[in-house]
Amino acid sequence: MLNVKQISSMGLFFSFFAAAAFANGSTPPQPGEIEIPVVARQFDFTPGTASAIVLRQGQPVVLSVTTQDRKHGFFSKELNIDETVVPGKVTYIHINPTHAGTFQFHCSVFCGSGHEGMQGTIVVQ
Amino acid sequence: MATNEIDRRKFLKLVGIGGGVVFASGLGLYPRFAKAAWDGTGPSGAARSTDFYFVQLSDTHFGFTDPLINPNSDQMLQLAVDATNALEDQPDFIMFTGDLTDIVDNDRERRRRLGAFKTVASRLRCPMVRFMPGEHDASLDEGAAYKEFFGDTFYTFDHKGIHFVVIDNVSDPSGSIGATQLAWLKATLAKFRKNDPIVVFTHRPLFALNPDWDWWTKDGQQAIDLLMPYANVTVFYGHIHQNLTFTTGHINHYSARSTMFALPVSNSVPVKKKIPWDAARPYAGLGFREIDANPRKATYKKKEFPL
Repeated sequence: MLNVKQISSMGLFFSFFAAAAFANGSTPPQPGEIEIPVVARQFDFTPGTASAIVLRQGQPVVLSVTTQDRKHGFFSKELNIDETVVPGKVTYIHINPTHAGTFQFHCSVFCGSGHEGMQGTIVVQ
Repeated sequence: MATNEIDRRKFLKLVGIGGGVVFASGLGLYPRFAKAAWDGTGPSGAARSTDFYFVQLSDTHFGFTDPLINPNSDQMLQLAVDATNALEDQPDFIMFTGDLTDIVDNDRERRRRLGAFKTVASRLRCPMVRFMPGEHDASLDEGAAYKEFFGDTFYTFDHKGIHFVVIDNVSDPSGSIGATQLAWLKATLAKFRKNDPIVVFTHRPLFALNPDWDWWTKDGQQAIDLLMPYANVTVFYGHIHQNLTFTTGHINHYSARSTMFALPVSNSVPVKKKIPWDAARPYAGLGFREIDANPRKATYKKKEFPL
């Protein structure tokens, strides 16, 4: 039987997911969201790979992801994100970070010899 | 092991390759076969009731180089060819389940590598050799180079009463089968009777084994749903470089070892990395598989052979 604290944590957990899953892809930045440009290329994300994408708990953001070369993916099971980034288009990923933590993401579109290492980190403070 | 099975599998002679030893354990031929891992649906020790057998070779990654992972990488495909050529009773066919070559970003080099792989594979004695791509072969150019050398990336063929269906889940770099191919699959299956034996070959697992490790097919569940009405379906696949048995409903999915390098068990480590070479256990985790097929019973007895 789950206690109140556990149920409350799960609620925060799922609200984070719900916000991330909502309106991703082509929906541009919404009022109140901070826009963070992210560039994908063979084989890293900037920011994300060399330095983490840092978010503030409670501050909604939208990652405006573009690619410098070819199709890439932006996948995070923890954050319920599974998006494709294609040349010439911006992929918007909306996140409402209600819970602090460190979350991993990676390229989910096989993009070449360095694909396996194309990963990044999101830190919610 | 039944005597007739040992006779059929008898290796005539294997040539030592460079400094590498084919049977690294140093054991003789028969003890080597006695240690082959048996895993299948047939009764152990019983006389064989199979009609034919085929071989699955997977993830050969021709062109891969990293001495820390495999110091004999340039010899591995020839080693696998020699091992299957030495089978006194040749299989009805050999199926390569993808990642024939190792990834290369340059289009010209990819073609050179696919051509070189094809040259080595042409030395196989088996009268029928089938291929399919892995993401290393096809994901960067949607299969363009692969098709120039090997033809269709998805197709079907019948052999001695079994329908073999090859599904391409790599030419789309997102790891999807796609609507067009799913429609083809549906139309193909519609020609089969519900109790017909069906064997599916694919590279990536159709089920979501581990999406974080890219061990899945995004729309694989749709393919599984199309297969579910058929009572006798078995899937053989590659990609994960290890033997794993997984079941979706009544469908068994069997992954194969690579002939180049091994990978860790799903989520056994924080990050998926190639397992380093162990000089004390060379070729550990590598191998190929024979499948004894019985079309009447729709059973497949697998025999795993190390390299």
